[in-house]
Amino acid sequence: MKNKRDRKTISRRNFLKVAGAAGAAMAGLTSCGKRNAASSATTSEPAAGEGAMTLRTSPSTGDRVSLLGFGMMRLPSVGGRSAREGNDAIDQEMVNALVDYALAHGVNYFDTSPAYCQGLSERATGIALSRHPRDSYFIATKLSNFAPSTWSREASMAMYRNSFRELQVDHIDYLLLHGIGMGGMEAFETRYIRNGMLDFLLEERRAGRIRNLGFSYHGDVRVFDHLLAHHDRYKWDFVQIQLNYLDWKYAKQINSRNTDAEYLYGELSSRGIPAIIMEPLLGGRLSNVPQNVAAQLKQREPEESVASWAFRFAGSFPGVLTVLSGMTRMEHLQDNLRTFSPLKPLTDEEFAFLQQTATMMMQFDTIPCNDCKYCMPCPYGLDIPAILLHYNKCLNEGNVTVSVRDENYRRARRAYLVGYDRSVPKLRQANHCIGCNQCSPHCPQGIDIPKEMQRIDRYVEQLKQETL
Amino acid sequence: MLRRIRRTLAVLFLAAVTLLFLDFTGTVHAWLGWTARIQFLPALLALNVGVILGLLLLTLLFGRVYCSVICPLGVFQDLVAWLGGVRKKKKYRFSYSPAKSILRYAVLAVFVVAIVAGIGSLVALLAPYSAYGRIVQNLFAPLWGWGNNLLAYFAERADSYAFYETDVWLRSLPTFLIAAVTLAALVVLAWRNGRTYCNTICPVGTILSFFSRYALFRPTIDAEKCRNCTLCERRCKAACIDSKHHAIDYSRCVVCMDCIDVCKHDALHYEFRFRSHGAAAPEESGTAKAAAGSGERGSGLSRRRFLLGAGALVGTALVHAQEKKVDGGLAVIENKKVPKRQTPIVPPGAVGLRHLARHCTACQLCVAACPNGVLRPSTDPLRLMQPESSYERGYCRPECTKCSEVCPAGAILRITPAEKSAIQVGHAVWIRKNCVVLTDGVSCGNCARHCPTGAIQMVPSDPADPKSPQIPTVNTARCIGCGACENLCPARPFSAIYVEGHEEHSEI
Repeated sequence: MKNKRDRKTISRRNFLKVAGAAGAAMAGLTSCGKRNAASSATTSEPAAGEGAMTLRTSPSTGDRVSLLGFGMMRLPSVGGRSAREGNDAIDQEMVNALVDYALAHGVNYFDTSPAYCQGLSERATGIALSRHPRDSYFIATKLSNFAPSTWSREASMAMYRNSFRELQVDHIDYLLLHGIGMGGMEAFETRYIRNGMLDFLLEERRAGRIRNLGFSYHGDVRVFDHLLAHHDRYKWDFVQIQLNYLDWKYAKQINSRNTDAEYLYGELSSRGIPAIIMEPLLGGRLSNVPQNVAAQLKQREPEESVASWAFRFAGSFPGVLTVLSGMTRMEHLQDNLRTFSPLKPLTDEEFAFLQQTATMMMQFDTIPCNDCKYCMPCPYGLDIPAILLHYNKCLNEGNVTVSVRDENYRRARRAYLVGYDRSVPKLRQANHCIGCNQCSPHCPQGIDIPKEMQRIDRYVEQLKQETL
Repeated sequence: MLRRIRRTLAVLFLAAVTLLFLDFTGTVHAWLGWTARIQFLPALLALNVGVILGLLLLTLLFGRVYCSVICPLGVFQDLVAWLGGVRKKKKYRFSYSPAKSILRYAVLAVFVVAIVAGIGSLVALLAPYSAYGRIVQNLFAPLWGWGNNLLAYFAERADSYAFYETDVWLRSLPTFLIAAVTLAALVVLAWRNGRTYCNTICPVGTILSFFSRYALFRPTIDAEKCRNCTLCERRCKAACIDSKHHAIDYSRCVVCMDCIDVCKHDALHYEFRFRSHGAAAPEESGTAKAAAGSGERGSGLSRRRFLLGAGALVGTALVHAQEKKVDGGLAVIENKKVPKRQTPIVPPGAVGLRHLARHCTACQLCVAACPNGVLRPSTDPLRLMQPESSYERGYCRPECTKCSEVCPAGAILRITPAEKSAIQVGHAVWIRKNCVVLTDGVSCGNCARHCPTGAIQMVPSDPADPKSPQIPTVNTARCIGCGACENLCPARPFSAIYVEGHEEHSEI
């Protein structure tokens, strides 16, 4: 098996050896895919000395999972810009390069969904991964729940079967009920219970076509509590939650619909269920932070990226199996590999410091958009995430003014308005929001999108008319 | 020396006026707007007596300096002629030709009749300033815009806000074609024969020629010193020096001073005419005023109305809320189409269709200045190239009074944003069958939310059921016709609410 693999990837390997990274690659590739029955707890252990990816062990299947997982939600699009922008096709060549590089450096967990990237993420993931031996990676996908038209048993089965085809696999390593809690108990019951889908998936797990069954959670915490209360029956292999230093204690304060990560993680760890972490970086909001926050972080670790703090926060919890990062660019991947090979866990003092940082960041009125694009496409053509991100960017850069008397009013006004037209085409700006509210129920962060659109529109009008 | 002064001033004036038409940022006008206001035709139509008297006085004193220095089209032709000379490597390539007086006076007569009758399109076709504005706005401004956009592209990458992108779009095909033909014709004429246009067609040139004949200072040929070498004649781009008879046709001379520098025998001088009867000034300017006055009175022409039947709007709301199955992606946005308006909309400050038609020189300055993509040249044959508003690309924003600031002809009078907020240029009309509330079954109210005067109120679509979907209603008494509702209406390609223009604007 190993020989075959070596033959297949020899040229890439040689290249990496030249680059002086072969050690990490070997360690990563040889250590994954094997069932290691010995491990009983998800403990941190660097695989092979300095420079190797930190691995964690799944208690139920013994999977040796890289602590950095690859999120396939923010794949790059052709033209060199991120898939966030426009309707460009996915840049498959770049996806392949990213996946090759990630595998070579020990990343072995790939998380996708039938809904990501306008429904094209699974196929792109399948194409990239099928070029590698099946036992060199773990694949995670979801039974997504966006459109009620996919909630019938037939449509759900079709979605499930289609994932196998798109991913070109005969078993799925990690299958998730997607975003339980959005829409509350009622949506959950309709989506997974009354149509018998959860029972079906449990059956599939017994048959070996699903190796680990879990769920990802956003929104109504009652659904989360309900599923954990029945852990004896469902035997969850893992649960995916949103965890980062801002959401640790402030998730509920940011939006009353959400739940603090501290509670979620506590519930999982008390039951010994491994946690998979999503949004460790809040869609980039924890890498592009206000200037003074960035200065504080840099002061402590001048050579480390701002993002590395967020990843270290998420990775330092021993009950975490893997930390997902949606890496659009090679630089993201390389920076993250530095952070995770191996992970330097936070000290207690650093943990406290990040809590202070979170408190500091709470004073900024940023909109908690993580650019996940679940709200898109807007039927009336708005580019919702771009509008929100531009607002956040200006807020972080001190370019949101409150009065004409502000010292930097002229500069801030120009930066906001010129940057607005650059980031969002005129026809997709906030003033075209009619408030139909199709978007809000899809937002995992529970943002009242029409309200924010109208607030931003009012602000832009005030800037344009100079009535601040 | 005189020639150098003339050339320097001419280039400065040309650059200033050109910049006015190229600028889309609205900053240049504050500094250079006066260069448009001192143009002859705009000043005439604006009844700007001071400027007209000044220009006539200037001509009476020094000859047609206006044509050589102030008029951008004249200077532009000089530039073309000069390039033609350089290209042909022939410095002395012109020759004397007698004045084509019949043509000149016929064109002038047509021009005066057109002004009096209010046929703006004909006026704009003949007038030099209008022609130049049209050429720059239609043919040069796009290049300027693209150049700017290139800089904006780099600025964006350098994270600088020094340049921002601007829309480059074709506002009206007929006007564009007319501009292209005008430019081609002028370039050919100027390249071959210098100032042909100015001395045969240009009505302003003809008017000024009445005065330049009597100018106090003028080039003269000293017959004693002249050796009949014909250098001056062959250098004269106005073809007005008859060197054989030592005579200069002062009605056509644009005092470019080219001949003075050329004479090798010191026979040509720019000097005071001693035997003058300089009292012509008051009499002549009186005539000009009378002409302007009759222009003001004489427009008995009632606006032709195109009443095109009631069911004018053919449109369906094509955007339907699609069910969301996957995340990401941008919905396709269909472009808005221009609705058929029974009465065209003209911008606030224009007072009404009649006032605009009477004063507008169709120079395109307002069209070039409009930052919201609202103004474009009309395609109506009677108002051809004069501005009108439409709201597919943007709406007449409350804080903007750019067109009223730039208009040199008094066609769009100067207004303040406060005044604008109360000027009714039209009123909104709701088209039931296009409204997304009824077609898509969604709640909307985007028109009401953006109405600056609160003229739109949302009411239940079923009067019996207060909880039924809310539809917009227009209180026409409060509507100013700014088009925010039309522009921001989600229904495409035809909005569910659009603005009908008013013949005469009113205050609300």
